[in-house]
Amino acid sequence: MSDQIRLKKGLDLPIAGAALCEVTKRVAPGLVAVKPTDFRGMVPRLLVKEGDSVQAGTPLFADKKVAEMVFCSPVSGTVEAIVRGDKRKLLEVRVKADGKNEAIHFDIPKIASLDKQGMTSLLLKCGLWPCIKQRPYGTVADPQAEPKSIFISGMNTAPLGADPEFALKDDFNAIQAGVEALGRLSKGGVHLSLPARNFAGNELHKLTGVIFHQFEGPHPAGNVGVQINHISPINKGEVVWTVSLPWVAVIGRLFLKGVYDAHRTIAVAGPAAVNPSYVEVPAGVSMTDLAEYFGEGDLRIISGDVLTGEAVGREGFLGFYHDQVSVIKEGKYFEMFGWANPFRAKKFSVSRAYPAFLRCKKKYDMDTNENGGERAFLMNDVYGKVFPMDIYPLQLFKACLAGDLEKMENLGMYEVLEEDVALCEYVCPSKVEIQKIVREGIELMMKEL
Amino acid sequence: MTMAKNFFDKIRPTFSKGGKLGWLHSSFDAFETFFFVPDRTTRKGGVHVKDCVDLKRLLIIVVMAMVPALLFGIWNLGFQHSKVFGLDWGFWQMVWYGFVKIIPLYLVSYVVGLGIEFASAQMKGHEVSEGYLVSGFIIPLIVPVDVPWWMLAIAVAFAVIIGKEVFGGSGMNIWNPALLARAFLFFSYPSKMSGDAVWVGGLSKALAGGTPWKGGEVVDALSGATPLSHASLDGLSQAGTSVMDLFVGTVPGAVGETSVIAILIGALILICTGVASWKIMCSSVLGALFVGWLGTVGGVTDIPCWEQLLLGGFAFGTVFMATDPVTSAQTETGKWIYGFLIGALCVTVRLFNPGYPEGMMLAILLMNTFAPLIDHYVVNANVNRRLKRAKTV
Repeated sequence: MSDQIRLKKGLDLPIAGAALCEVTKRVAPGLVAVKPTDFRGMVPRLLVKEGDSVQAGTPLFADKKVAEMVFCSPVSGTVEAIVRGDKRKLLEVRVKADGKNEAIHFDIPKIASLDKQGMTSLLLKCGLWPCIKQRPYGTVADPQAEPKSIFISGMNTAPLGADPEFALKDDFNAIQAGVEALGRLSKGGVHLSLPARNFAGNELHKLTGVIFHQFEGPHPAGNVGVQINHISPINKGEVVWTVSLPWVAVIGRLFLKGVYDAHRTIAVAGPAAVNPSYVEVPAGVSMTDLAEYFGEGDLRIISGDVLTGEAVGREGFLGFYHDQVSVIKEGKYFEMFGWANPFRAKKFSVSRAYPAFLRCKKKYDMDTNENGGERAFLMNDVYGKVFPMDIYPLQLFKACLAGDLEKMENLGMYEVLEEDVALCEYVCPSKVEIQKIVREGIELMMKEL
Repeated sequence: MTMAKNFFDKIRPTFSKGGKLGWLHSSFDAFETFFFVPDRTTRKGGVHVKDCVDLKRLLIIVVMAMVPALLFGIWNLGFQHSKVFGLDWGFWQMVWYGFVKIIPLYLVSYVVGLGIEFASAQMKGHEVSEGYLVSGFIIPLIVPVDVPWWMLAIAVAFAVIIGKEVFGGSGMNIWNPALLARAFLFFSYPSKMSGDAVWVGGLSKALAGGTPWKGGEVVDALSGATPLSHASLDGLSQAGTSVMDLFVGTVPGAVGETSVIAILIGALILICTGVASWKIMCSSVLGALFVGWLGTVGGVTDIPCWEQLLLGGFAFGTVFMATDPVTSAQTETGKWIYGFLIGALCVTVRLFNPGYPEGMMLAILLMNTFAPLIDHYVVNANVNRRLKRAKTV
């Protein structure tokens, strides 16, 4: 089954500084970090102390609730620092690589010989379970749950996102092994969505054992949540699992090589990036290893894309689920009568209140200026235009604000995560923090239900 | 740029928390953000870049869209006055008359309305919302030009406090504040708001005083009546008004509502910029045509249905007030229903209530009240679809 699904709603952000299809650097493992804060709702139990020597695949911490779920070091070396925040909350476990590239060799049986139970315990043991996310809520998957199916997005429509066809071009065999392994986990099969354009010619179209879907349209057509909404929407009581394509490759490498090998090719891009291109890095790479790609001045270094990523600063680390680094200027400046300027040629707006829609080819040097003050919701038709799901977004946000669980459930809260509403936040003329509202809604649901 | 910036930088400490005038923080902020888009950057846990559109931009476009109607209305004030009083005025004299008449209304509207907005933002510690810029611009366009200033002040205060602030300010209100001000005037001071004389500047005063205008005799007091009130009684042809007059707007009426051409220019601006919903405008016209047509078929009226679109406040209401994004239906399907019912109700009132032929104000206010109900059913259809889907799996 591969009917073409065309989405009209959405927006491809015309931001400058797309990565050239070229790997310009291979970062040897230096300082890396694993951040427990990347996993929603997970309370970590530390398994190492500063100075311990670890190998790639050595557990650094585990989940307090699911003791078997461990989070591994991606490189070999020594635990350099354990960074804690307020109330001693564990923020980062930093590992300094020793350059030996030693890895624990796991005893890997044949994929076909494993049932769900066997596959689950193997992935848990090898520290690869956390790459499986579950919906609703976007937490690490519950190993006991029975997922309806597993979804993988084979396309990336996020602003300046890494093109999976390029970034994973050497990983075909690993991805094949990865999807086979995931196939053991769910009776509903593994669904892979690919861009409709050049669908048959896509390298990933040669994979076997997956159910293909074709999507066409602007961002967020590449978001797995949007794809699920169109393929097989999540109903109350159902659970689906999602894995990002780079992590599928990592799972595959476990079966091909028997080791935890989480290196990946990421895009370093953005209007303030120097020589935007692709870089091969270890998971959790330190931004200091990428310093040559960042320009001078007051910049925001974002792990992830400019809509959903996390500002980590020049000393920060790549997030667990991220496969790009975006670099933009901080927009701390005043703009005299900016709102009254008829043209505002340097700024982009999706609204026809500015003539930006006439400059359709232009790419913009976007910065972090809010371009206005926060107000109450006033306009009601702007969100639906960038939200391609059968859900009423404004009503859902208001239900979240009111903390009305029944309404949230009825209006489709199980189907969305912050990343799916990020564009709504981008276009909001009232500058409302919509992702925060949805995040708090999700947290409320996790607590109450 | 730098001079203004330096000025704001210099006085900022005085208005910041802990400063001498720290309690005026919201007002300072309102003025500063008026001059400068602030230097605030996107926050943690949200998007890092934001679209450059903000409410100031959207609302200023609404105001710009009303400018043609205002300009025409200013001239028309002088024109109607000179016609009724038999004055031989030139173009600029007419404009000047209208200008002098309308300026105090704007002053009252904005001083009272913005004053309350600032005070309430100050009390809550919020930023001042721009919502009143539009309401304050509409109010002088829809009230009789001779309305006493104190009455207008009370009406504005009522609309802003009871209509908006008690609900939590812009974005939370149920009814369109401008229409609420007009409704308040209408029900509290009916003698000043209805009848034939109120829509021409100076006429009601001249009639009440028993002495005609200094410059000459009042030519024909009845020519002050709006075509709509004539039409409701006698049909349009007796009113002595041609369709062209109605379209261009050279008839007595509230300042902003007479010229359909000027309003259409505004509608074009709003639709092209996407600021107001074309669905509401379209469906409102359809609703009016439908009931107008029923009226002619049923023999209730002789006015062809399309002339209903030109009469009274229909066009202005449809374009500028029914489309208020806060008080209209919030769902796209709901907008069709909401607009259609506004048009239909407006003409229904005209056809069956000769005592008060202007149905637009009440049609919009009534549908403002029911918009959440319409949305409720539209959204519920989505909810039911979701529940049904869950059951069939």
